[in-house]
Amino acid sequence: MSATPDAVAAPPAQRNGARSPAARSLAGYARWRWWELALFAALPLSWLLLPAQSLLLNEIAIVALFAVSLDLILGYAGIVSLGQAAFFGFGAYTAALFAKDVLPDPLTGLAVAVAASALLGLATSVLILRGSDLTRLMVTLGVASILYELANKLDWLTGGADGLQGVVMGPLTIPGTALAGFAFDLSGRTAYAYSLVVLAIVLVLARRLVHSPFGVSLQALRDNRLRAASIGVSTSLRLVAVYTIAAAIAGAAGALLAQTTGFASLDVFDFHRSAEVLLVLVIGGTGYLYGGIFGAIVFKLLHDLIAAWTPQYWNFWLGLFLVVLVLVGRDRFVRPWTWFGRRSATR
Amino acid sequence: MLTLLFDGVAYGMLLFVLAVGLAVTLGLMNFINLAHGAFAMAGGYVTVLLMNRAGVPFLVCLPIAFAATALLGAVLERTLYRPMYARPHLDQVLFSIGLVFMAVTGVDYVVGSMQQNIHLPGWLQGRLPIEAVGIGKYRLFIIVTCAILTIALQWILSRTRFGSRLRAAVDDPRVAGGLGLDVNRIFLATFAVGSGLAGLGGALGAEVLGLDPTFPLKFMIYFLIVVSVGGTTTITGPLLAALLLGIADVAGKYYVPKLGAFIVYTVMIAILLWRPQGLFGRAAAR
Repeated sequence: MSATPDAVAAPPAQRNGARSPAARSLAGYARWRWWELALFAALPLSWLLLPAQSLLLNEIAIVALFAVSLDLILGYAGIVSLGQAAFFGFGAYTAALFAKDVLPDPLTGLAVAVAASALLGLATSVLILRGSDLTRLMVTLGVASILYELANKLDWLTGGADGLQGVVMGPLTIPGTALAGFAFDLSGRTAYAYSLVVLAIVLVLARRLVHSPFGVSLQALRDNRLRAASIGVSTSLRLVAVYTIAAAIAGAAGALLAQTTGFASLDVFDFHRSAEVLLVLVIGGTGYLYGGIFGAIVFKLLHDLIAAWTPQYWNFWLGLFLVVLVLVGRDRFVRPWTWFGRRSATR
Repeated sequence: MLTLLFDGVAYGMLLFVLAVGLAVTLGLMNFINLAHGAFAMAGGYVTVLLMNRAGVPFLVCLPIAFAATALLGAVLERTLYRPMYARPHLDQVLFSIGLVFMAVTGVDYVVGSMQQNIHLPGWLQGRLPIEAVGIGKYRLFIIVTCAILTIALQWILSRTRFGSRLRAAVDDPRVAGGLGLDVNRIFLATFAVGSGLAGLGGALGAEVLGLDPTFPLKFMIYFLIVVSVGGTTTITGPLLAALLLGIADVAGKYYVPKLGAFIVYTVMIAILLWRPQGLFGRAAAR
């Protein structure tokens, strides 16, 4: 959590006469921290050390990737979206349909799904530029609902309420290398490795993005859009760009889900997907990119624990958790030592 | 054709009564309450359970549904909602989604997940044959009840002392408090009445809309459409939006059943794109 925006205001005391204070401050802000490196080291370790848990870990990696996409628009650009599942589901259906009807190669399918989701994001990004939080909530929710209805009604293409069945993925082959012919099997080893690599690549790219001048200007317009506009940041273009990128990442997460499970159903567009990813992100903390990973781990473990105990009423505990989380305060929840202190800090 | 219009109007009036409480909390108090449908569901279940298990007549159930939901709303407002008013919208969204999840599974656990049926009294069943326009008696009953409620609400908001206090408290809570108004109590009363109306709407609509534990999720987007399209600065905005939505939905499902709710969502997005403050809202961003 040390990479909060406060770091911009309080630059580390570096001696570097050639660069301006702002550049130095930004460079210090973008420095790799030890825990980031530890986190990236932990990703392959989890693959090596927990082979029996690959299926669960694969789900966690996909949810984490999905949450990273939401973090870009919520944590960095400040857009409250209830419809991120639109892109997740679009990516999932695109990947599944592509594998079924065109080509079963996973990497090509992933690229196609990402491109399609990015296009959808670009097309719908005009919708989030105007209006208040409520309007944006409604519009994002509306887009997801429209796609849900479409997937439901176009049953000749999508299989309707039964879901898209009979998707057979080809083996994972990276052209030009010796890595060839890894089939997606029941143990989920290949699936998890695949998801993990995609997650790591996206994280590095997203990290680069949010520490670039573009990312910093996003935070400026999140904190005060009027002020950002008046110092010459073109807010609309930046929002369109970040929304498109986030849509592409959400599409990648959906494509991973469809490819590793060989199935796509209406569930991917459902409202609870959007709500869940919001919860995952909020558990982990918004606005520092890795919140999605921690949130996904906590969320999935909690889910497994409670669902084993009361499978039918898991949503109740999820709801209770949300209510308590908000009542305690999101920012204090991840810092248990502040629970019993003075309340004034959050006000 | 006219029957369709009539059914649409009845549906719209029902949506209005269901959503008007949301228009108040959302528009006046600037609080995004996605759990509004849960209150409607509570009203519906109170009615169904009272009628089917205790044999209470339908007309007696309606005020009970109102009172019970209003009480529930008041208790929740006092205990849970009040700290949320000053929070960012994201917190409010998370909080109310949590409440919805709890309500849905809670009702599922207590009552069961099956669809609940309501047995209307005999004088509300059937149709009035007026010049080949079949008018359902129950639909007429809904329209009349909701029209009376609408007029009463408008009168309360614009003519009574409570209405002017509410508007003052909303415009600037601090100044209103400084002038000696008990802002918290005004909000409490408003929230309770809004929830009570939702409960009443849920009771009235149990026969038309269907009632099962997923009610708050199924109709959440409809309530939000009414409020966001109608704008939140007046009562007439949501009313017109609700009527429009009701007629469009009934006609859409009749003429092009294949498209389903698709039309409604598309129209909503188009309207919000055109006028982000709602069709009838003032351009005052709060």
